[in-house]
Amino acid sequence: MKENVIIDLKNISVKFGDNQVLKDLNLYIRDKEFITFLGPSGCGKTTTLRIIAGFIEPDEGEVIFEGKKINGVPPHKRQVNTIFQRYALFPHLNVYENVAFGLRIKKIPEKQIKETVEEMLALVNLKGFNKRNINSLSGGQQQRVAIARALAVKPRVLLLDEPLGALDLKLRKDMQVELKNIQQRLGITFIYVTHDQEEALSMSDTVVVMDSGVIQQIGTPLDIYNEPKNAFVADFIGESNILDGIMLDDCLVEFSGARFECLDKGFAKNEAIDVVVRPEDVDVVPVEKGMLKGEVTTVTFKGVHFEIIVDIGGFKWMIQTTDYHPEGSKIGLFIEPDAIHIMKKSEYSGIYGDYSSFSEEFDELSDPEEVEEE
Amino acid sequence: MSNRSSLGSKLIAAPYIVWSVLFIVAPLIFVVYYSFTTADGSFTLANMQELGKYAPTFLRSIWFGIVATLICLVIAFPLAYFISQKTDKVQRTLVMLVMLPMWMSFLIRTYSWMALLQDTGIINGFLSKLGIDPVHMINTPGAVILGMVYNFLPYMIMPIYSVMAKLDYSMVEACQDLGGNRLTVVRRCIIPMSMPGVISGITMVFVPSVSTFYISQKLGGGSFDLIGDVIERQFQQSYNYNLGAAISLVLMVLILICMAVMNRFTEEEEGMVI
Repeated sequence: MKENVIIDLKNISVKFGDNQVLKDLNLYIRDKEFITFLGPSGCGKTTTLRIIAGFIEPDEGEVIFEGKKINGVPPHKRQVNTIFQRYALFPHLNVYENVAFGLRIKKIPEKQIKETVEEMLALVNLKGFNKRNINSLSGGQQQRVAIARALAVKPRVLLLDEPLGALDLKLRKDMQVELKNIQQRLGITFIYVTHDQEEALSMSDTVVVMDSGVIQQIGTPLDIYNEPKNAFVADFIGESNILDGIMLDDCLVEFSGARFECLDKGFAKNEAIDVVVRPEDVDVVPVEKGMLKGEVTTVTFKGVHFEIIVDIGGFKWMIQTTDYHPEGSKIGLFIEPDAIHIMKKSEYSGIYGDYSSFSEEFDELSDPEEVEEE
Repeated sequence: MSNRSSLGSKLIAAPYIVWSVLFIVAPLIFVVYYSFTTADGSFTLANMQELGKYAPTFLRSIWFGIVATLICLVIAFPLAYFISQKTDKVQRTLVMLVMLPMWMSFLIRTYSWMALLQDTGIINGFLSKLGIDPVHMINTPGAVILGMVYNFLPYMIMPIYSVMAKLDYSMVEACQDLGGNRLTVVRRCIIPMSMPGVISGITMVFVPSVSTFYISQKLGGGSFDLIGDVIERQFQQSYNYNLGAAISLVLMVLILICMAVMNRFTEEEEGMVI
């Protein structure tokens, strides 16, 4: 199972003062994969990245690169390169010299430097920008220079620390596609850090969801979305209705005062569990046909669909539907067995309540900010 | 609205404008006026023609200024880097220590150096106790340059330090990340990015070094006349305001030329890196 492993982190722990940033973290990264560390700010994702880069030494644990322990190896001797959050381009050098920087340190012949720089600038669509001053570039262009600069030295692994955080939405989406293309074309390992779940799902081969210094789940984007391991992952990745339930039997679960068929097995009889139902997996039906019945309390038009909040026995569900249901109308909900996902109870159970306090602004406010960890 | 705010900004700037007209522009006009007139006020170029005999003094002043500035730079750059790498609290203390000598009068500090350097001074007294022959230090060019370096060093340290303290540390990390060891980080990252501080430091040390008069009198014993001494004598002893003004004017022009050459030189150096 552990073939092609390029980086192996074993029992990594890090403390900044009294603050335990990483707790006994174990993770291996395969060669040539696009792996994303996803989590809210302060979850330890940037710290993990900086440990791989060599800017932070773990208090405990081993960092292994291609089978060799690299604890204590300084950053300039590691075959990994970083794209920094705010690019960290050298303001005293022009675009060409920024990209050539690493090559000059390696004392590569001038002719070869020129070739590599031209190749890299073409790769990031910045042909002809050679003589431009760094400060005259837009954020997106600076980002591209940073990518070209890091890739010019041919790293085995590229570390990206929230690289798109400072770009606007449209540009960010373009860059996501472009980064993924670059990664596939060059065939190098990308380790990407973000708090943006959509970014993580759309780009990665593997997503590592982290919270408070602990890995919550590792898996493909589909696994993470469809089979969240606990309430934290379910809540952090997309919208979820998370309810208390009881597993009556294999494939039979009770929640919101009703019994449902589901596909999950292997729980103890009458075990208390968390139930996740994604808002887009619920069908709205006339009241008399509904498995659950409730009253619409809020309707928000989202473009592709309506987001409606439905009060069912005091618990507010979020449902996404393409049909309009006015506030105050009574509707029924129909949930297919494969729309129900059962999770074991965890320390996160009960923290993520219903959508009763839900509002656009609140969501914005509670969005993780791009604050640097440490 | 915009009228009012521009009036407001004019009012705020007014004291400074009045100040600079009274104490900067007007004196400059007087300097130019005196330079080209005789004592009775008629136009003349005689003052300028007389300058030729002060050429060696001019050269010596500029030479001493360059040497003192370079020594200051060599001492200040590593020191500023050292300070900027410390924690905030230690930085504050170290900066205060750098500034501390400036709390004392310039005159007293220069007198203290006289006491230290004299043939029968404190240093030689100490040496003779150790059985070493006394060393002649005062009234040498070295003593004059020492006095300049000592007095003007903080003016070199402060601007370099304040640029270094604000350096974005991620630049240093980027440099390490791209394969730079400690020496490379200093050479390719910290030095070029500290250049704005270095340039203002050089200006702030070179200008007062070239035009100083007191240090050369006290530590040079009058045998190393600097241009500042000549100017001072014209005003204080000969009462030849016109010649004094002419020398001042030429000194100003020479300093401007030196600064322009230096700016040009540093720009070119950056150009060479590019």
